[in-house]
Amino acid sequence: MVSRPHGGKLTNRVLRGKRRERLLEEAEELPRLNLSFDYAVDVENIARGVFSPLEGFMIQEEYLSVLYSMRLPDDTPWTIPVTLDVDPEEISGIKPGDDIALFYNDEPIALLNVEEIYGWEKKEFAEKVYKTLDINHPGVHKTLNRKELLLGGKIDLLKGVPSNFDKYTLWPIETRLLFREKGWRSVVGFQTRNAPHMGHEYVQKAALTFVDGLFVNPLVGWKKPGDYRDEVILAAYEVLIEHYYPKNVVVLAVLRTSMRYAGPREAVFHAIMRKNFGCTHFIVGRDHAGVGNYYGPYEAWDIFKEFPDLGVTPLFVREAFYCKKCGGMVNEKICPHSDMYKVKISGTKIREALRSGARPPEYMMRPEVADVIMSFENPFVGD
Amino acid sequence: MEREVGGGKYTTVSIPTTLYRRIKKIIQGTGFTSVSSFVTYILREVVASYEDRIDEEPFTEEDKQAILEKLRKLGYL
Ligand SMILES: [Zn+2]
Repeated sequence: MVSRPHGGKLTNRVLRGKRRERLLEEAEELPRLNLSFDYAVDVENIARGVFSPLEGFMIQEEYLSVLYSMRLPDDTPWTIPVTLDVDPEEISGIKPGDDIALFYNDEPIALLNVEEIYGWEKKEFAEKVYKTLDINHPGVHKTLNRKELLLGGKIDLLKGVPSNFDKYTLWPIETRLLFREKGWRSVVGFQTRNAPHMGHEYVQKAALTFVDGLFVNPLVGWKKPGDYRDEVILAAYEVLIEHYYPKNVVVLAVLRTSMRYAGPREAVFHAIMRKNFGCTHFIVGRDHAGVGNYYGPYEAWDIFKEFPDLGVTPLFVREAFYCKKCGGMVNEKICPHSDMYKVKISGTKIREALRSGARPPEYMMRPEVADVIMSFENPFVGD
Repeated sequence: MEREVGGGKYTTVSIPTTLYRRIKKIIQGTGFTSVSSFVTYILREVVASYEDRIDEEPFTEEDKQAILEKLRKLGYL
């Protein structure tokens, strides 16, 4: 049994057949709203059930309920508002009840039935979601630069957003069936934005010891300079899975949505999305989705205590390190030795080695993984 | 009767005072700050386990075959 979709029902707002053809034509005549990439992919996430039970952008009651109670008005846990901000002049003449066409790259991708147009307090949003008003926080910065009004209403998808990763694009309805076909009764989800090193492998295998399957689900899209490119992450996982995981215990597929850097609230959001993909468990790192020093070291774990009804079990796996005395990968819970024996698996050191064309030490990264990363001319963003 | 506390909406339900006292005793020294927060926690846990018994098939047989075909083509099955 894979997990039940969040809120009980997997959202499907994808138009098909004749109706889609007709509405695709009509969309050209409707008032048009141009979306950036981040919003366009979230439209598709809503329509294809990644954000179940959401069926559109939040109306005010949902928005405030999520902001203040971390729940939808029907009590379903939900921690990050999913809203569409617009400038008043972009929607002049539009009123509740109207249909508008959502465009991305000059193509209509969805229809939005406007249910509500409302104002919002950006600072209130930042304080609740990010727990800070510091403009240096990337989420706060983004929020304060968003537009003045919010449009709430259900969407219907006309067309997906093109992806470079069709081979790795699976939607919840597909993964749910896939897990069932594989006979997995329990599946643990793993969120990542990195090429795998030994610490990641250790954490995944620790979890995999107790469940049937592992769903590695890299978040692809916008990156900051120095991050691994998405295609590098996928290639690195391919070789890791091929050489170091048993057949048929791992599924690798991408997720396109932006990082919010909302720490604890985002950790729950990440778990909810993976629940919709069919995961029964989800690995939550220390400082999951955190940035800088805005969140306490265990905040991303503690928040889960508020959600006994989440429907996906968080696995709080401690950061792994290499212990010379134990002679292997361990974590602080299972290794009693002093710091002189411990070697931290440092992402920065690994990157430095790879940049200089050298394999990092084998206790840090598998040689096959290092080789495939170095086979790319530019494995890092902005090089 | 509904009321609002800290942005959330609340209503009152009645439980026997004997049960109330019993809960008050067991939440001492736990993270629960009130009988209400304990009762809310327990109810959400129990309600979710009831809801888990309802399972809807989100796809038709035709959808299912199309999905399986895609999964085979991509090498997932
Ligand atoms: Zn040790």
